[in-house]
Amino acid sequence: MLRLPRFRIATPRTYREAAQLLRDNGAGELDRTRGTPTLRVMLVAGGTDLFPNMKRRQFSPEVLVSLARVRDAARIHENGKLEISAGTTLTEVAGDQRVRDRYTALAQAAELVSTPQLRNMGTIGGNVCLDTRCNWYDQSLFWRTAEGFCMKTNPEVVCRVATSSPRCLAVASADTVPALLVLGASAHLQNAEGEREVALADLYREDGIRAWAMRQDEVLTEITLPRAEGWRSTYLKLRDRGSFDFPIAGVGAAVRWDGGTVREARIAVTALGSRPLLVEAAREALVGTRLDDRAIGAAADAVHKAARPMDNTSGTISQRKVASRVLTERALVSLRDPGAWGAAPPKR
Amino acid sequence: MSEFSIIGRRLPKVNSWAHLTGEARYADDIFLPRMLYGRLLRSTRPHARIRRIDVSRALAHPGVVAAVIGADMPEKMGIMPSTQDETALAVDKVRYVGEPVAAVAAVDEDAAFEALSLIEVDYEDLEPIFTIEDALEREDVKIHEEAKRANVFKEVHLSFGDLDAGFARADHVRDDWFFFEGNTHAPMESHSAVAQYGGDDKLTLWTATQVPHYLHRELEKVLGLERSRIRVIATPNGGAFGGKSDPFGHEFAAALLAMRTRRPVKITLDREEVFYAHRGRHPVKMRIKTGVQKDGEITAVHYQSWLDGGAYASYGIATTYYTGALLTVTYRIPIYKFDGVRVYTNKPPCGPKRGHGTTQPRYGFECQIDKIAEDLGLDPLEYRKRILQPPNSRTVNELRITSMGLGECLDALQRRTHFSERRGQLGRGKGIGIAGSAYISGAGLPIYWNDMPHSGAEIRIDRGGGVTVMCGTAEIGQGSDNVLATVAAETLGVYPSDVHVVSGDTSLTPVDLGSYSSRVTFMAGNAVRDASLKLRTLLVGAAAEKLGVPETRLLSAYRRIYDQDDPEKFVTFADAAVLAESKHGTLVAAGSYKPPKGIGGTFKGAGVGPSPAYSYQAAVAEVSVDLDTGTLVVDKVTTAHDCGRALNPPNVEGQIEGAAYMGYGEIIGEEQVFRGGLHKKPSLLDYKLPTSLDTPALEALVVESVDAEGPFGAKEAGEGPLNPVIPAIANAVYDAIGVRFDETPITAEKILDALGKRDNRGVTKKRIGPDGLGGDADPNRALRRLGATTAARERRVAGDGGQSPPTG
Amino acid sequence: MTKELLTLRVNGEPRTIAVEPHHTLLEVLREELGLTGTKHGCELGECGTCTVLVDGVPVLSCLTLPAFLGDADVRTVEGLAGAGAPGRGAEREATLDPLQTAFAEEGAAQCGYCTPGMLMTARALLDANPRPSRAEIAQAISGNLCRCTGYTAIYEAIEKAAARS
Repeated sequence: MLRLPRFRIATPRTYREAAQLLRDNGAGELDRTRGTPTLRVMLVAGGTDLFPNMKRRQFSPEVLVSLARVRDAARIHENGKLEISAGTTLTEVAGDQRVRDRYTALAQAAELVSTPQLRNMGTIGGNVCLDTRCNWYDQSLFWRTAEGFCMKTNPEVVCRVATSSPRCLAVASADTVPALLVLGASAHLQNAEGEREVALADLYREDGIRAWAMRQDEVLTEITLPRAEGWRSTYLKLRDRGSFDFPIAGVGAAVRWDGGTVREARIAVTALGSRPLLVEAAREALVGTRLDDRAIGAAADAVHKAARPMDNTSGTISQRKVASRVLTERALVSLRDPGAWGAAPPKR
Repeated sequence: MSEFSIIGRRLPKVNSWAHLTGEARYADDIFLPRMLYGRLLRSTRPHARIRRIDVSRALAHPGVVAAVIGADMPEKMGIMPSTQDETALAVDKVRYVGEPVAAVAAVDEDAAFEALSLIEVDYEDLEPIFTIEDALEREDVKIHEEAKRANVFKEVHLSFGDLDAGFARADHVRDDWFFFEGNTHAPMESHSAVAQYGGDDKLTLWTATQVPHYLHRELEKVLGLERSRIRVIATPNGGAFGGKSDPFGHEFAAALLAMRTRRPVKITLDREEVFYAHRGRHPVKMRIKTGVQKDGEITAVHYQSWLDGGAYASYGIATTYYTGALLTVTYRIPIYKFDGVRVYTNKPPCGPKRGHGTTQPRYGFECQIDKIAEDLGLDPLEYRKRILQPPNSRTVNELRITSMGLGECLDALQRRTHFSERRGQLGRGKGIGIAGSAYISGAGLPIYWNDMPHSGAEIRIDRGGGVTVMCGTAEIGQGSDNVLATVAAETLGVYPSDVHVVSGDTSLTPVDLGSYSSRVTFMAGNAVRDASLKLRTLLVGAAAEKLGVPETRLLSAYRRIYDQDDPEKFVTFADAAVLAESKHGTLVAAGSYKPPKGIGGTFKGAGVGPSPAYSYQAAVAEVSVDLDTGTLVVDKVTTAHDCGRALNPPNVEGQIEGAAYMGYGEIIGEEQVFRGGLHKKPSLLDYKLPTSLDTPALEALVVESVDAEGPFGAKEAGEGPLNPVIPAIANAVYDAIGVRFDETPITAEKILDALGKRDNRGVTKKRIGPDGLGGDADPNRALRRLGATTAARERRVAGDGGQSPPTG
Repeated sequence: MTKELLTLRVNGEPRTIAVEPHHTLLEVLREELGLTGTKHGCELGECGTCTVLVDGVPVLSCLTLPAFLGDADVRTVEGLAGAGAPGRGAEREATLDPLQTAFAEEGAAQCGYCTPGMLMTARALLDANPRPSRAEIAQAISGNLCRCTGYTAIYEAIEKAAARS
């Protein structure tokens, strides 16, 4: 049986305590004594992303700071804005009536993550901080030994996807992030000294290793969504199978209507590069239009242009490029003509 | 009212209850006192000489008790006695990434895992071979020194009739190339074995195997331990599908470690290791040339196949023959030539997967039949019916055909799906396709030459009327225990729940060759029937005496032996058992089965293909293609299967549905593919087993041709129904979008390519598939790139080391 | 590493055991508590074979640490049937979960290996939704791979159990 490496567990009761534990145990420091370099201390919430990675020995931290016992870590609170605590499970997010009614893209995205069991365990915070993925990286210790490792598990090695790449090309693969981006989400971060709030869009970087702009000793505590009056949103996902699979292309779309005219729009993609991306050119193509076919086509072109898939996920580059356009068109058509594609994406 | 009391009734399988309560003890569920946990170290190189292995650091690791390496078991082994080219653990040389090299046993699994990284192996890399084309040509690289030509494992040529004359008589000749991608079984249970070596110097091995008897022989050979000192117990297999029918390194390693330590040792493979153990579907390139007259009558077929065998033989010699042997049993073929080549490559060994060797040619042939029907303007279903091989006949390659229900299968499908009316009428993006197939009910010959029965069964009746059936079959989820219980219960006149089945135990059960080649229902069923009839005679005789009724008037059913003219005149089964035992002594009988002589030819190579009976089946697939994304959705698969007689209908239907599921998976995207010798997707996330949300609606139609020699008329149901599903889907895709897929799997990428949407250049294709051998990408590119990139690139400074956000 | 003393509530029984912190619930159930009914197919969350119920919710025991469970109620396949049910055949069926009986009748367990996880997932579904549609069943079991049946018999069994409950 594939087993976890040995570690110690710390179970703080507050996020602040968690942040202190991270700092005290050397957050961000690499331990080079345990095979390939690994972080000394890591956070774990649902464990659905971290534990498989640890079983494959992508990480073998000495200390795990668990968020399982943090008070009030799992709740959704409406207060003009919608506040979702980071420890809320994806099942809870997908099933929340407020989310379903007013933040549809998020409910759809959460419901499309992996499997029912994973969604019962995995949290919204974990999905937002999902490790970037790559065919050369998400492999066992044995496999990576045979391959010779890659930049992401061993900083001294090249990127296997494109050997001349100066950066890691691992892929942003969270479903909920493009949905949150088009809904205008912000993230609350806690460190040992205090808290801060950042726009979710600013949390990500185009780098498969340093994919987050947050500090190593910071804990994501909450996602906040602004009021959604007048907005309609959706998320569409391409994957090989109807469950289990990470997106190989994902498009979130949100449009704010004012009469028959699009007053504001956001399109975001996932799994088409190392960072989830708000496509600004797509917004420009839509604002002020009536979401006619031409505007939709222009937005889809913009997404197609922004999509930068590499050969490091399931599927193929061209299939995913094509999908970025088609999913955008379908998402926007569904926002124009509800019922067209939105609620029930096509099978597979 | 049925003539049977048990046969044909929808009864739960006798072993269901253990499965449903968690009581069933699979190999990994066995925990013994003082048990050690073993793990295998596997090769990280596709092709290399082993210069040195040093296990001393591993042995020094806390908790590690013992370690063994290839040199400890250098005896060659393998499932086919004529082609044994493997060792339990690699000796001197490794031939694929993932090949077992050494094994450790420790007090817990953590320690065993940690110890692996402490074993030092010094490799000298050799140039690897990854493609069929390279294997055929590269004389300078030898994966096995013994290969006579380059890396050819086996080459066969069989010719029946004058091929040129056959094609000369044809009005139309089709010549098509096909490629079938390799894939693997992926049973939910990974391989597991527990070995115990007692103070009596006897070895017991509990293992998830389909072939306890063959494994018994190999253990003797490799361990140098007399077979009388070895007991193999096949635990219930959590799925097998052919993947547990070879002797495996971990079984020998667990045994040797147990012998060395005199402690029980368990080795359970993890999921990734199962992909390396493999023995799955061979990648096969095929060329099929078929001549037909205007009315569709076939005048000649020339079938050629090139099999990528991976690093070792496994069943490869049989696989090679099977690609050509069974093409002839469905449709009339008067002249036939078969050329087959299997090569070695530096990849995990291929072997038998459900449909063994027949799945790939059946795919090609049924796609070609569809093309021929179109060329001739014939309905594909009607065309197939027109050219059926008749029952009670001989094929061109001298196979004896008895019952043959393919025509009934096609009729049943037409009635159920209205195929002929709907084909071509579903609109762009929607399609319907059909294909037929056949399979053996057990191989006509055992894998080692002998004149003994293929299946033996022993039955005992206790004084309370309980029946114990002992047979060497392995329960792998196909329902074999229930088949044995059903045949015994029907014959003796009790309920299946009165029957205790002891199977797959080399000490307790008479030899049955194993649960492979769909042989259990037919062969073990007949052996059990034979033994049951012997006991029934004793019981009926005793009852006749007691009742004063002639034996010929007595029937046995529902735990009674009764007068058919006056059913209230009876003795209970238990009373009859006491009477019979009083008269004849202990009630034990043995039965056996051996296929009849003369069911195949006598030419060299005639040993593969003959079977006492063939199952027949056909499938209709209905598909939708998303023309924008290239996504293929299979909406429904309806399969009609001639199983002779359904002994237990839910079990037969389950086999048909499960086979359809597995066939669907093979064409939609399951693929065992490699990059530089390294498996590209050795996990259940990346190797795409269809989920409940992907699997088409499945419907099974049971056709009963009642075979004269099968037990109660039964034939196989486990493997054949997989075969027609794959070409039926390919033919349905053609109906949907007008593109022939002459290679598997059918991916979105390929569909987009055919539709001209892949690169926006709009060039459409009518066909996706190979045009011959060669044309592959440079096989060594990946390796060269790997070496160059690792060596040449400057070290990249990692910065301050932030790797990833600290949340999981 | 040192072992920690934990009390888990499994199938209604308190079980106090010493576990190493890095051992998963799956390992503890099978190796410490002798509950080998819970199977494993990948140990990475990619197959659903190891599904158990925690407070009635299906989770993967291969990715669950016992230390995080607190006093949650863990239910495995061994706890599905009426505890300590005597007898066999018809008598016993009365105490089995309707799902177990229906799975047997429909042939929904072939090799039986995915079955414990499948049963637990199905139990949670029926507890939450006593009359699920086939689409809802397909969705609910979409995290449990079965390699034998093609799922058809499993749908039929769950529907049958639902109809009987």
